[in-house]
Amino acid sequence: MRSYLELSNVSIEFTTKSSTFRALDKVNLHVSKGEFISLIGHSGCGKSTVLNIVAGLYQATEGGVILEGKEINAPGPDRAVVFQNHALLPWLTVYQNVELAVAQVFKGKRSPAEIRDWILHNLDLVHMTHALDKYPHEISGGMKQRVGIARGLAMEPKVLLMDEPFGALDALTRAHLQDEVMRIHASLNNTVIMITHDVDEAVLLSDKIVMMTVGPNARIGNILDVKLPRPRDRLAMANDTQYNHYRQEVLKFLYGGHNQQELAA
Amino acid sequence: MLQRARVMTSELLNRMSGVDMSALLRSWTLTVFGIIAFVLLWELGASRIDTALGKFPGPQQVWSQTQSLYDDHVREQERRQDFYERQDQRNAERLAANPDAEVQFRDYTGRPTFLDQVKTSLITVAFGFTLAMLVAIPLGIVCGLSNTMYSVVNPVVQVFKPVSPLAWLPLVTMVVSALYVTESPLVSKAFLTSAITVALCCLWPTVINTTVGVASVDKDLVNVSRVIQLPALQHVRKIVLPSAIPMIFTGMRLSLATGWMVLIAAEMLAQSPGLGKFIWDEFQNGSSDSLGRIMVAVLAIGLIGFLLDKLMLLLQRRMSWDKSTVLR
Ligand SMILES: Nc1ncnc2c1ncn2[C@@H]1O[C@H](COP(=O)(O)OP(=O)(O)OP(=O)(O)O)[C@@H](O)[C@H]1O
Ligand SMILES: [Mg+2]
Repeated sequence: MRSYLELSNVSIEFTTKSSTFRALDKVNLHVSKGEFISLIGHSGCGKSTVLNIVAGLYQATEGGVILEGKEINAPGPDRAVVFQNHALLPWLTVYQNVELAVAQVFKGKRSPAEIRDWILHNLDLVHMTHALDKYPHEISGGMKQRVGIARGLAMEPKVLLMDEPFGALDALTRAHLQDEVMRIHASLNNTVIMITHDVDEAVLLSDKIVMMTVGPNARIGNILDVKLPRPRDRLAMANDTQYNHYRQEVLKFLYGGHNQQELAA
Repeated sequence: MLQRARVMTSELLNRMSGVDMSALLRSWTLTVFGIIAFVLLWELGASRIDTALGKFPGPQQVWSQTQSLYDDHVREQERRQDFYERQDQRNAERLAANPDAEVQFRDYTGRPTFLDQVKTSLITVAFGFTLAMLVAIPLGIVCGLSNTMYSVVNPVVQVFKPVSPLAWLPLVTMVVSALYVTESPLVSKAFLTSAITVALCCLWPTVINTTVGVASVDKDLVNVSRVIQLPALQHVRKIVLPSAIPMIFTGMRLSLATGWMVLIAAEMLAQSPGLGKFIWDEFQNGSSDSLGRIMVAVLAIGLIGFLLDKLMLLLQRRMSWDKSTVLR
């Protein structure tokens, strides 16, 4: 059976002045509809590159990505991206930022009233309706990230791609937003690929954790199925033996001998 | 009621002032001090320089020349008004005597005064600058968006950027007189020549700055635009222009300053009406007042240049989305 989203033998080479740099080497990944996938790996291994290829922002040198039976070769709103640094337009208000995307994506398909309701609905999902007319520089980092997520969700993407969405936030805000993302995922059941550096975040949120080897020639080293029942509660998880087992597995991969062996091979 | 309002205002003023007021006072004091020091140095220096046309004009002489230039202007305007009144009267009388009489309307052909020349210069620079911007901003946007276009245009820009207006002038003069032939010209050839020379020289700073501004739009924002598939024009309007506005204005301010400088030189050399011609005429005139009058023109040029820059700054403030940045 074909999977919902499929990366087959994806390799990419970046050409610099003097040489070519093979960042990814034959990455294979199958994602089912509604799955929450985390990509984890050391800095510079190529996580963002994978995400950008799925988004269509980068072109794979070899191999390809297939979403619902169609090959991907350009960016599009069916693969919304939530950027690490929110990427809100500083000259637009919270509302206008979401509107820019919604108005473009649903142009001619929905009435202005429907578009307005849909923007408000998505901002409500992330609890940002209180700051509709604020500009990005007037709200906190966590709030900006929420708006970024709302903008992504509002495009009704087939796959939501998030590049370290909580990377720039403090621990408390991050925990709060993780809970919200879990809640939204539970109610909308969208397919998500999220990059993270945080082992706890990966285990808590994901159905699958995709662990990448260090670059160059980065590959997928291991895929961990996280079979924890949902909804997951972060407090209960702290003492859960299953949870800690998964945590150990990821840590072992990241800091154990695994990566080094891969390098030597 | 009134009492309360007054108390509230004064309280508000007090609260707002604090540091602000004293800082403002300080900066004003320094400004005034700077001007006084300059005038003193000028006076001291001027009295020591002897030229063929007398002493170098000092502040007092310049002030009296300013007044006399203004009086000239007022007198000239009165004369002009008289002329038209007399003409109207004459025509009315003729029509009264014979309703079928042919009446003539002639333009007053007096000598342009200093203020007339200032006006001409301002109109010329405005026209040349606008012309240049109409080309420079779109060109800069295209070059910033497309590497190919940049590679095509950049060498040309780099070569023409350092060219002095005086080098262009003969070419522009010849081209204008060859191509601009109409029965009833809307504007004079001299005007067109100066304006085009100005335009050619103030094109480049805006092209370069716009290109840089457009090319350095945050990559994330460009990616947002690609993901939501904004059409090209929308992309420019909603993403590129707002982020490039500060750089575009930097370029425009440099351009306007260059244009204003170039204009004076062009008018001098081409003998086209304006401040440059005024200076040249006074220089040729060589009376004892000439140096003083030229100095008035020098100061006027400086002051107008300064005001033009302030005007652009004001415009930038109105257009920019980021009201918090300090613009200098
Ligand atoms: N556009 C590009 N041109 C050249 N090299 C690139 C480009 N994008 C990424 N790379 C290289 O590919 C490798 C992977 O980069 P990538 O940004 O995907 O890493 P990452 O895993 O997301 O790192 P981090 O966790 O620090 O964000 C790096 O060595 C990087 O230098
Ligand atoms: Mg990254």
